[in-house]
Amino acid sequence: MPTVHHHEYDVVIVGAGGAGMRAAIESAPHTKTAVISKLYPTRSHTGAAQGGMAAALANVEEDSWEWHTFDTVKGGDYLVDQDAAEILAREAIDAIIDLENMGLPFNRTPDGKIDQRRFGGHTRDHGKAPVRRACYAADRTGHMILQTLFQNCVKLGVEFYNEFYVLDLLLTEVNGKTTASGVVSYELSTGDIHVFNATSVVFATGGFGKMFKTTSNAHTLTGDGVGIIWRKGIPLEDMEFFQFHPTGLAGLGILLTEGARGEGAILRNVNGERFMERYAPTIKDLAPRDIISRHMVQEVAEGRGAGPNKDYVLLDCTHLGAEVLETKLPDITEFARTYLGIDPVTEPLPGMPTAHYAMGGIPTNVDAQVLKDNTTVIPGLYAAGECACVSVHGSNRLGTNSLLDINVFGKRAGRNAAAYANKAKRPPLPAGAEKFVTDLIESMRTAKGKESVAEIRKELQVEMDRNAQVFRTEESLGHALTVIEGLRKRYKNVGIHDRGQRFNTDLLEAIELGFLLDLAEVVVVSARNRKESRGGHMRDDFPTRDDKKYMKHTMAYKKGQKISIDWKPVVITNYPPMERKY
Amino acid sequence: MGELGAVQSFTVTFNVRRFNPETDEEPYWQDFDVQMYSTDRVLDGLHKIKWDQDGTLSFRRSCAHGICGSDAMRINGRNRLACKTLIKDLDITKPVYVEAIKGLPLEKDLIVDMEPFFAAYREVQPFLQTSAKPDKEHLQSIEQRARFDDTTKCILCAACTTSCPVFWTDGQYFGPAAIVSAHRFIFDSRDEEAQVRLDILNSKEGVWRCRTTFNCSEACPRGIEVTKAIAEVKQAAIRGVRK
Repeated sequence: MPTVHHHEYDVVIVGAGGAGMRAAIESAPHTKTAVISKLYPTRSHTGAAQGGMAAALANVEEDSWEWHTFDTVKGGDYLVDQDAAEILAREAIDAIIDLENMGLPFNRTPDGKIDQRRFGGHTRDHGKAPVRRACYAADRTGHMILQTLFQNCVKLGVEFYNEFYVLDLLLTEVNGKTTASGVVSYELSTGDIHVFNATSVVFATGGFGKMFKTTSNAHTLTGDGVGIIWRKGIPLEDMEFFQFHPTGLAGLGILLTEGARGEGAILRNVNGERFMERYAPTIKDLAPRDIISRHMVQEVAEGRGAGPNKDYVLLDCTHLGAEVLETKLPDITEFARTYLGIDPVTEPLPGMPTAHYAMGGIPTNVDAQVLKDNTTVIPGLYAAGECACVSVHGSNRLGTNSLLDINVFGKRAGRNAAAYANKAKRPPLPAGAEKFVTDLIESMRTAKGKESVAEIRKELQVEMDRNAQVFRTEESLGHALTVIEGLRKRYKNVGIHDRGQRFNTDLLEAIELGFLLDLAEVVVVSARNRKESRGGHMRDDFPTRDDKKYMKHTMAYKKGQKISIDWKPVVITNYPPMERKY
Repeated sequence: MGELGAVQSFTVTFNVRRFNPETDEEPYWQDFDVQMYSTDRVLDGLHKIKWDQDGTLSFRRSCAHGICGSDAMRINGRNRLACKTLIKDLDITKPVYVEAIKGLPLEKDLIVDMEPFFAAYREVQPFLQTSAKPDKEHLQSIEQRARFDDTTKCILCAACTTSCPVFWTDGQYFGPAAIVSAHRFIFDSRDEEAQVRLDILNSKEGVWRCRTTFNCSEACPRGIEVTKAIAEVKQAAIRGVRK
């Protein structure tokens, strides 16, 4: 059996991406804080975000956070909680200034201020025209945010546990309330188990795009944190809403920033037609992502795709000129040259939607406290970033609102977790705290079954792309569910090769697959249950939005081996639902 | 249009330097034959080995498109990111040699201990230091911002530092990546502590150990002119900083 170590902290943060490190910067100066991550912090996928972070600074043209709030609500097809969206847009301005003051090298205007550019769905005065709201650092804004937050964690001496894989959340009954008391983690370099007893636990574990084959997500984005929460019987909100980013590099899924279209790039079909003019006459190629992705797939399905197999559309940057590409979009220019041998200065790029972002996740209130039903918080438990659902993104997130989300709600999570830890008593650990994890690790490390982790994962990804992607139907989702159920049965009989204790990445991948399978089932069951089309969830058999029946959040609960669906009301303050036109 | 739609696959032999600390006294080389496409990356080859042939093969990777910095390794004797090295750019009539980056303690197969690398990074105070307390953002001109643009691209993959012959023989040397991180702040108009970093890098294990072999610039997967950045830090150490 592995060696077990014990640690005590006021605040434990799981995940060292943007949300986790932003939380640490708030909590570490005031509490004994640890950040635990299965990666080195700078490997986190925040670093892959490209285009920008929204804030109504009005540095280059008139703007207001109220317009930003409206755009966020409309962009999310009215499933956004409007109180949360208002916080997001209002606190965006401080969030940007915080980052700049911490050292982030934003691009600048001629008068030395932070420069801003256009992005999809961000408009002037409630939809009149695109507005320059995205603050950016070339097309590596996420990279600069991740680096800047890491640099400031170094400055503050934040304690990191790198390459520690958290596999369980500890809950203890305190005064009749289920209360967070820590986490259990597996140290990759040694195979040892570490039990962290903590007063506050913050989950900032990112998304789960690896359940799809075509994705912009890293190999490591396997939904571990969301999966742990699910296995603990805590509900998951709005899991059917997954964003497919329009411009993945065709065949590879690598992200080509929406910032390209913000700078003026145009989507064309095989005839050279700017097809978005037909679908979103006012803002065209800067319509929100769900709308663009849907019409890209539609153009291809109707025979207007480009390429030898007519299976993608073209992202035309050729009119932007070499200078704009080299200075404002250097990374995507290089990706195209490296991976496809195509120079965007002279040739259009092949693009198709790529699984990008989970709008749903762990339900929280605006203070980043995790909810165990529609209203009850779990004391000491917080979540922020992509793993969480506040919900500021509703059924479709606007571009640049995720880098914003991790900063605004990461900060709130860190601040609130620290304040709580400073007043609450550290709960005792539950009996046998490490047992679940030691059993899981030992059974998987010695697993000799006939099934292959790689094979099951591939079949899951192919099925999700085929039947739970941009367009869904009762039939496709039913098929996906049957396939997932079969894969879950086969997963019980997997075998691995590596029996070692040290850096056992074979074991790691096997455990990650378990989380992906659990969450894929929640995504598909939630999607099947919502018989309407809204935002990122497009049902061919129910092609319109149905506010009468479905103007509410999905709440999925694990009941034994079954999934039961409940609902939660949407918070509406200033913006009554309207038809969504651009 | 490049190789899109090309379907012809061929056999590539990977010769991987293996080491399992629980069973092996010394590292050894092992051959694997893998079916590959010309647009595949070396990382795809390693995955095919791990997923189809030998699950014990251990390496780090995450984003798979050259931005997270996890998978720096020595490929045919050169430091590269496995996810940015395409098969079509290698001579596959011969085996493709893959081994861990050099100069950091070997942990297992292609995984090294990154801690000494990050320790050097932390030592150069890689964070903005300023007494200014602006209400909004600090002002910075486009030219001032451009002055340190190149070194902001660093992803801390260690390809440069572990390609440096000085670092191989003297593990105390800060190494190119730490100097790049220092450069990023030394030449930032908002920062006020350039001299503190220059004093640190003026020490025995600092910039003067650099022998200008240009390995680091050649190794950088982000195209940073690392040797030039080091030369600028050397200049600043002698003549002061011009931002």
